Amino acid sequence: MTTKAFQKIYTKISQITKATCSLKATGVGYDELAVIDGRLAQVVKIAGDEVTLQVFQGTNGIPTNAEVVFMGKAPSLKVSDQLAGRFFNAYGEPIDGGPAVEGEEVEIGGPSVNPVRRKQPSELIATGIAGIDLNNTLVSGQKIPFFADPDQPFNQVMATVAMRAQTDKIILGGMGMTNDDYLYFKNVFSNAGAMDRIISFMNTTEDPAVERLLIPDMALTAAEYFAVQKNEKVLVLLSDMTSYADALAIVSNRMDQIPSKDSMPGSLYSDLAKIYEKAVQFPSGGSITIIAVTTLSGGDITHAVPDNTGYITEGQLFLRRDSDIGKVIVDPFRSLSRLKQLVNGKKTRADHPQVMNAAVRLYADAANARTKVENGFDLTDYDERTLAFARDYSSKLLAIDVNLDTTEMLDVTWGLFAKYFHPEEVNIKAALVEQYWPKD
Amino acid sequence: MATKGTVSGVIANMVTLKVNGPVAQNEICYIETGGDRLMSEVIKVVGDNVYVQVFESTRGLKVGAEAEFTGHMLEVTLGPGMLSHNFDGLQNDLDKMTGVFLKRGEYTYPLDNDRLWHFEPIVNVGDKVRSSAWLGKVEENFQPLKIMAPFQLQGEYTVKSIVPAGEYRIIDTIAVLVGEKGDEINVDMIQRWPVKLAMTNYQEKPRPFKLLETGVRSIDTLNPIVEGGTGFIPGPFGTGKTVLQHAISKQAEADIVIIAACGERANEVVEIFTEFPELDDPHTGRKLMERTIIIANTSNMPVAAREASVYTAMTIAEYYRSMGLRVLLMADSTSRWAQALREMSNRMEELPGPDAFPMDISSIIANFYGRAGYVQLYNGQPGSITFIGTVSPAGGNLKEPVTENTKKVARCFYALEQERADRKRYPAINPIDSYSKYLDYPEFDEYIGKRISDGWLEKVNELKTRLQRGKEIAEQINILGDDGVPVDYHVTFWKSELIDFIVLQQDAFDEIDAVTPMERQESIVDRVTDICHSEFKFDNFLEVTDYFKKVINLCKQMNYSEYKSDNYNKYEAELEKLLAERKTA
Repeated sequence: MTTKAFQKIYTKISQITKATCSLKATGVGYDELAVIDGRLAQVVKIAGDEVTLQVFQGTNGIPTNAEVVFMGKAPSLKVSDQLAGRFFNAYGEPIDGGPAVEGEEVEIGGPSVNPVRRKQPSELIATGIAGIDLNNTLVSGQKIPFFADPDQPFNQVMATVAMRAQTDKIILGGMGMTNDDYLYFKNVFSNAGAMDRIISFMNTTEDPAVERLLIPDMALTAAEYFAVQKNEKVLVLLSDMTSYADALAIVSNRMDQIPSKDSMPGSLYSDLAKIYEKAVQFPSGGSITIIAVTTLSGGDITHAVPDNTGYITEGQLFLRRDSDIGKVIVDPFRSLSRLKQLVNGKKTRADHPQVMNAAVRLYADAANARTKVENGFDLTDYDERTLAFARDYSSKLLAIDVNLDTTEMLDVTWGLFAKYFHPEEVNIKAALVEQYWPKD
Repeated sequence: MATKGTVSGVIANMVTLKVNGPVAQNEICYIETGGDRLMSEVIKVVGDNVYVQVFESTRGLKVGAEAEFTGHMLEVTLGPGMLSHNFDGLQNDLDKMTGVFLKRGEYTYPLDNDRLWHFEPIVNVGDKVRSSAWLGKVEENFQPLKIMAPFQLQGEYTVKSIVPAGEYRIIDTIAVLVGEKGDEINVDMIQRWPVKLAMTNYQEKPRPFKLLETGVRSIDTLNPIVEGGTGFIPGPFGTGKTVLQHAISKQAEADIVIIAACGERANEVVEIFTEFPELDDPHTGRKLMERTIIIANTSNMPVAAREASVYTAMTIAEYYRSMGLRVLLMADSTSRWAQALREMSNRMEELPGPDAFPMDISSIIANFYGRAGYVQLYNGQPGSITFIGTVSPAGGNLKEPVTENTKKVARCFYALEQERADRKRYPAINPIDSYSKYLDYPEFDEYIGKRISDGWLEKVNELKTRLQRGKEIAEQINILGDDGVPVDYHVTFWKSELIDFIVLQQDAFDEIDAVTPMERQESIVDRVTDICHSEFKFDNFLEVTDYFKKVINLCKQMNYSEYKSDNYNKYEAELEKLLAERKTA
């Protein structure tokens, strides 16, 4: 960041907190970037001639006579095809040793899409994982998080989804990601030979927390370039949005704002919505799909972050370790894809919605039977059969290591129905049973 | 001369201005920055420091930027030509905007000044009129709209002239009115009204009593809402708030439906844009979109405009009510609106109330719900605004300020329940916790007795009692085991399951089951009540379960079949046979 000749340099800072500095300055615009003692900062408050800056790297060691230069612009990213295959930090600077990207400079966190210019999402994203494709089908233009405890393999599932999904670009936004997980993603991408489709904006646990506030906007600005200008299908992975929210809480706390639920800022809903609502299907064919991770603490979804997220996103995916089969499965009860009915039975085989519901209903009957066992009650023959079905269903379909296309998934499910049940027990329309019930 | 101001401070979308003249609370001003004009509203005045909330992003705004005050509050422009349009929270026509992205400072006119309308006069020269009097009518999308005397009119005026029937633009003068002091007013078809002021252009506001049919059985039968009534739907995410709201807005027997998408998902609005032009209104057979207006302020649109959006929607509803129409207003979700208030209150450093919401949240909510209602206009005609809001309680906990304060004012409460949703029992309205206070109105009792049948409310009451009893028994069976309770208990339990499966549960995605007209609801209730009153003979609980599963299955097939069709009759005959097998009395 070199300063230009006409820029005014300030050297008198009047107030310093852990995340902010204040000084007297004029002609400063709201949201504008500044460099303070060589570090990037952003204007978050103007009161008369007093300007408050949020310093992304923290204020450690900043003296009251530090040099402050205002840049006259909001945080921005240079966008062009050169972004593909590159790794950047939260400021959009390369961290892969490559050259800087040339292209049009675009301010991040730009305006929203006019709702009447959107198209209703209608394209299935196949992941091969039946817990997703069969029960909670993803649709391009959707936004959906994994709600997961930190010990669950959400990054692995996300990487698998990214590699299998038919997309033109995959943009990874890492917020407070451990360095090990970052290297894991890098490895998976390069082993799959997908490096030229990947763009990564990374803030690891080793980087300052406040920097990660820039990550989602950087990633989505790049996504909008490819989706709008190039009509590409872009998949954006954001991990982990709880770290993002924590950074918001830090800043709002330093600015003396009154916290609302769980010490989060009162604007948390709007802050998260601004990010997630960038997911869109354009009529021209371009799309942005967002798959995010919201880590939970002890599975508590009433905490402000998952709670607000649930109201914004189009469903959520839960992972759970199934002790019956010793594998991680996509939980069919708590997971939900709100857009699945736009593709189920329309882009997939016509029996999809009914088969999906019937299987989940039988799986729920198995859960009831298990409760009976726990309470010491006798099991009926039907109970025994649902339990056996549940084990098979879990390992052949719900487990995250499954890789089938949706037609195969439906055939496997019909096979399980026939193995354990009579047609009248599965409650599916007679015409479909006639057509798909295995004959032998 | 208009008051001017200069920017002296910025925090997010709250800006402070130094002004050189008088300003009013809630007055609108425009701030100039980088060639954009940002619309803003005064929210606090301290000496010559004025705090405004900006309806746009304030990025790049500098101290010293100039602002110009308009002398009026946030207004909507009302007239023919609004139906089937999509507006933002400030009533900008979204379809008129250019480009894929919303541009800061782009404001579009909500009406069309060039379009010709066929106007027919109602009044004659020499007639005496007051504010809101019907001067003439035009037809829009087969809806008879009234052209009214200006809402702001004070006192009595005489019609000096009125144009003959013919084609006119909304900006053409259609009448001239003369006041008592000889002052003349030229009247065109456009009205303006500040959104935060309630329209009180009616004679009286009697208690509402007419059933507003929604086709949703767990509403119409169990906890009905009435024309001009108020209701709210709280529920954790994933319990089907939006599906239920959409079902009501598709099926309700209203002349005009206004949907305020307030801080919710853009794709849900897109669903309405995509589906409503294709779907038929079950009552008129016309396309649903023709009677619908959408106010879209999705969650990523500027937060201050989110607050304005519900007021904009309510004011448009009041406009149609003054024409004697039945308006249904849906707001999804009022919690987002309350959160917008919280964000501003926080920036103004007001002392917070519970959960950091502003202290006056309860009166704000009460005043808003109070604008709905059934009215008698000055000409004796009725008109109504039925308002249903959704609430998104944080963490699904109903003991939070927005839910609690809404509960104090809304007369119907439809509690969506996580447990029912998890078990896929949709709509997930809890039949026991939910209520409709209209059931206690003697006016409603009298009306519903005539509309359906005498003793209807007793039947409904019995269903509720049986549902509650069924729930109690289910808990006992859970503790004691299937064998631990008498067989009778199983019968009572399964009778309540029958009510649950056949009356309450309804498939919003099935063409037939999605909408149940009142006549059919009566027949369903009668059938279910009949079965509940019958006695059956069983030897053990397994027989009960098997038998009632079959009964439920046949009743369900009837629900899925067209009313009184061959299929329906076939299932009915099968059911009669099945019932005869076990019935003892």
